Order: sequence, then structure tokens, then C-alpha cells
Amino acid sequence: MSYIDNILFVILLAIGFGYFAINVKKLWRNIKLGRSINRFDNPGARWNNMAMIALGQSKMVRRPVSGALHIIVYVGFVIINIELLEIIIDGIFGTHRIFSFMGGFYNFLIGFFEILAFGVIFAVVTFWIRRNVIKLWRFAHGDLKGWPKSDANIILYFETVLMVLFLTMNAADFHLQTAGAEHFIKAGSFPISGFISPIFGTMSVGTVMVIERIAWWLHITGILAFMNYLYFSKHLHILLAFPNTYFARLDPKGKFENLDSVTAEVKLMMDPNADPFAAQPAPAEGEVPAKFGASDVHDLNWVQLLNAYTCTECGRCTSSCPANLTGKKLSPRKIMMDTRDRLEEVGRNIDKNKGTFVDDGKSLLNDYITPEELWACTTCNGCVEACPVNIDPLSIIMDMRRFLVMEQSAAPKELNGMMTNIENNGAPWQYSQMDRLNWKEEL
Amino acid sequence: MMATGQQPEVLFWVGCSGSFDDRAKKITKAFVKILHSAKVPFAVLGTEESCTGDPAKRAGNEFLFQMQAMANIEVLNAYDVKKIVTACPHCFNTIKNEYPGLGGTYEVVHHTQFLKSLLDDGRLTVEGGQFKGKKITFHDPCYLGRANNIYEAPRDLIEKLDAELVEMKRSRRNGLCCGAGGAQMFKEPEPGNKDVNVERTEDALETQPEIIAAGCPFCNTMLTDGVKAKNREHDIKVMDVAELIANAKDL
Repeated sequence: MSYIDNILFVILLAIGFGYFAINVKKLWRNIKLGRSINRFDNPGARWNNMAMIALGQSKMVRRPVSGALHIIVYVGFVIINIELLEIIIDGIFGTHRIFSFMGGFYNFLIGFFEILAFGVIFAVVTFWIRRNVIKLWRFAHGDLKGWPKSDANIILYFETVLMVLFLTMNAADFHLQTAGAEHFIKAGSFPISGFISPIFGTMSVGTVMVIERIAWWLHITGILAFMNYLYFSKHLHILLAFPNTYFARLDPKGKFENLDSVTAEVKLMMDPNADPFAAQPAPAEGEVPAKFGASDVHDLNWVQLLNAYTCTECGRCTSSCPANLTGKKLSPRKIMMDTRDRLEEVGRNIDKNKGTFVDDGKSLLNDYITPEELWACTTCNGCVEACPVNIDPLSIIMDMRRFLVMEQSAAPKELNGMMTNIENNGAPWQYSQMDRLNWKEEL
Repeated sequence: MMATGQQPEVLFWVGCSGSFDDRAKKITKAFVKILHSAKVPFAVLGTEESCTGDPAKRAGNEFLFQMQAMANIEVLNAYDVKKIVTACPHCFNTIKNEYPGLGGTYEVVHHTQFLKSLLDDGRLTVEGGQFKGKKITFHDPCYLGRANNIYEAPRDLIEKLDAELVEMKRSRRNGLCCGAGGAQMFKEPEPGNKDVNVERTEDALETQPEIIAAGCPFCNTMLTDGVKAKNREHDIKVMDVAELIANAKDL
């Protein structure tokens, strides 16, 4: 007996998982470029969010059509992948349908997988039509020109091909089982592929065996290729949605973080006993002076960077954004896509320079995200509410505004006027604080 | 009104709009009339009140925000304030969520929540009066709704007026911003093809309301301007929930 098949299979698995591991390591390193932030508190609420929002898809179904179709694809992929275990064992040991000893339950499983596979094809075709024929606003949007548009379609083609291969494999298997071919024990039920198998009717057993093997090999190779495609694609969300919902902010959406570095300075300023001429304590060796706000990906926290990798560019945020809906340049989806693109660029820079980042004269601010976009935000939290996996584009917008104002004094002119008024007379307009109670006379 | 040694039940944080803006002052007066009629002992900081710092913070000026916040907290703590009510969702959100981290922890309620509690406790009675059967749509302020998950208090109050509450297609957590938040109130919008307040006013007009109800002085201004832009100011009024109640009670 020849073991070439088994050896080839093990090599294929090793390449597939090995390359994937290399990219996961890169992903991990890039996310860790972000500032630290404690998102490990309150694990109860965090697990609950993950269970409801990622596992339970509770925010997906707020838009019922895409929500329902997405659940079909999601459940399909998670459950059909149970069969992956059988495929891997069969591949390594040269067995065929190793789990068939489960009998009736096995038949049920295979039948259920087939129905799911058919559902996935239906949903994916519908997705393709929504994107390419109906051209829904958020998919035809300018954010998705070039690679993001191709990426979305490649994912849909991949999924369709994988499901067709799965059903072809089963159909050929079913044909061979019925023909009583050696090695093909009677196992499984084939509610969908049963309709495909008649096309093998006149073929010889040998031909159908070859077709079955080709489909089997292509299917597992395709799955490994798809897994490795994730790192280069918006499709990473199938993995990262889980940690992303776990580490998302738990505070009320209106609560914006108070910068501790500022608190220290303001307290010093307001302390009547502070010596204004006291020398600043010398910074510790190697300590980087605090920077207010964010101009590049290093200034964002790691959860914001995780957000960027998790974004699947569905555009629900942008279609809820008052600025974008009224023709402004700001698009929360683009904020996330830009953050990821810049992070990838920084990652490649580190790869090229043997582990250290060499200044490339570029930054997230200006080279990717313009001040015009940032100033169009009304901080309404519409994008945060809309995101099916709790991504927070608003926090990035706010951090970049802070950089513009506190590091560069680059606020729009009218806002500088508003802030001067607050400083001078405690109100955003030029009214005297002494007139605050004038309304009382009009009662 | 204060510093008489008596502890008021609640401090009414008037806010900059409520103190200075002519339209918002009407909301302040309406709310105060209701408080008087319900015999609620309350205080205001008057000339000791200062901007909460919300627009500065959301414009990115954390320094100015924290300066304002700490100065306000010193005043509030000096008067030993326990409970604060405000008619401005921006003040509400800032004091409720962002002051505790800087040493100012109070029970903070929006005026619609406070009025609802007066009603529930039987201290305030409301009948429809002039609003009976009128079609009213409510615009969710971002900093009350999405920011703090308060959607029902203002609606409960409107329903008490025996009015017909009609919802816009985008409401509650999907409510569209009026365009004023994040310090936009104080600047011209970026180039685009429409103003946000007009887009939102169109949502409201689709419900064919007689009154657009708001719970925020900024939203009030934006929607009033939106109604004017649509030339509907003769038949559609933009009113704060407190004004609806004060008018219903002929205060």
C-alpha cells in the first residue's frame, strides 16, 4: 500500500497551518503596537457581550434581511467545519468517512451539512446580487473602490466554490456507494447532492472515483487557502469578532475618556500651593514625553487597532453617519480601513527593517485621514451603535482631534473662538457670566 | 435662592443655552414654572455656574474641558450638591459620566426623567389640554438616547398629554443626529450636499406632525432652523417636552 497520499496531505496541512501561524504572529505583533489600555475588567459583562453580539449575532439581525442571510452563512460555516475534523483524520490515516460508525446520527449530520451548504450558496448568491446588481448604497459607496471591492467578491466566490466542491464530493460518494464500489461504505444521507449524483449516471466507476478524489482534495486545499487568505482580507472578522466584542468598551457611549496626563497638569495649575517656578522632574531614562491625542497608529490603543483588523467593511456605520449621509467626506468605515492600511504599512516597514520601525515620513493623520473628515463628526455615536461587532470609530476620531487641538492648535477658526469664550467668560458664546441669571427676571 | 443653610431637593443646572440663548431661555422658564407648581425646592448656581466643558472636550481640547470641570466640581462640592437636574443632554452626559473621574460624583437626571418621576410620585399632574389628539413626533437627542440609553422618559411624558405620538423612521437608537453635537453647534459644517438639520427635519416632516418635540436646546435650534428652511414654520412648532407640559398646564 502506498502512503504517498497521506504524506502529501500532511505536508499540505503543515504548509497551510504554518503559513497561517506566521501571519497570526504578525497580526498579534501589529496589534501590540498600540498603547496599553485595561479592557480586562468586568469579565462577566464582557463574556455576555461576546455571547450575545458575536456568537448570538444580536446586532446583525437589526437589519433583518442581511442579518438572516448572514446567520445562514455563519452557522453554515461553523457547523460544516465539524466535518473538517473527519476530513483531516481521513486524510492523515487514509480512512474513508471515519465517523460513519455513528450510524443514524452520522446520516443526520451529513444531511444537515448538505442543507446548510445549499443555504450558504443561496445566501452568498444573494449577497453577490446585493453588491453587484442591486448595488446597495453602502456597497456602491466610494470607500470600496479597488481592492476592497474585489476582496468582497473574492470572498463570495471562495465560499461558493467551497460549497459546490463539498456537494460534488458527496454526490460522487453517493453514486459510488450506490454502485457498490470498493472502499465506499454506505454512510451519510444526501438530501441535496442526491440531486446532483444522477449526472454521473453513465460514467465508469473509475472516472467517478477520480472526480470524488479531485473534489475532496480541492475542497480541503480550498479551505486551507481561504484560511490563509483571511490575513489579507476584510474577512478576518470571522475570527476577530469574538475578541473584539469581548474587549469593546462597556461604559455608556456618551462617556469619553478623561486624559490622565491632562488631569495631572490641571491639578497642578489649580493648586494654590504649587510652586510655579519649581523645576520639572527630569524624565526617566528612555521615557517618551507624553503626546496628547493621536496622529499615527502607535498613538492609538491596541483595542482600536484590533477594531481596525476586525472591520469587515459592511458600511452600516457609514450609512448611519449624519455627516456622510449629507455628503461630507467623513466616513466611519473609511476611518477603520485607513487605520488598518496604515497599520499594515507600519508592519511591513518593521518587517523590512529587521524588527524596528524606521520613520517613513508618513502618518495616519493627513496621509490617510484628513482634518476635514475629522471635523465633520458630530460625535453622535451612530456609527458605534450601528456596528454589528462593537467597533468604535468615534474614539479614533476623538483621539485625532485631540492631537490637532492640543499638539498643533489646529482647530477650525470658529471653534477657537468658542474655546476662547469658554476660557474668558465660562460660556461658548460672548456673554458675561454675571448675566447667567437674567432669565429669572423674565419669569 | 441658595446658601440659606437649607439643602434643596435638587440643583437645576441651567447650562449656557438655557441661560443665554433666547429660545432656550423659554425652556428654562417653562421648566422652572413646573418645578414651582410641583413645589419642588430647588436651587441654581446662577452666576457661579460655568460651561461644563462639553464642547471643548468634543472639539479635542481636553485641557480646557478639565479646567472647566474641576472648577465646576469645586463649586458643586462646596455646596454639597447631591442631585442635579438639567434640561441639556450635553450637560447631563458630561456631569453624569465624565465628572466622577475628576472628583464630582452626583446623581444626575435629565429634566424629562425628573418630570417623569414627579408624575409617578403624584407630585405633578398633567392633562392633555391644548395638545389633546395633536400629532407630535419626538426627536431623540444623541446624548440622551444613544449616549445614555434614555428613550422612554420623554415619550412617556408626551403620551400623558393625550397626544398622538408618531415615530420617525429613524428613532430611538437609530435616531439621526440633528447636526449640533461634537461642537458642530459652534462652527459651519464641512462642505457637503445638505445640512444635517435639514436631513433630520425631513425625517420629522414625513410623519406630518403638528409639533416636533425635542429634549435638548441644541436640537431645538437645529430643528427650528430646519423647519424654517422647509418653509413650514407657520404650521409646525418645535417645542421642548418641558414647554409642552408647562403649556398644557397653562403655566
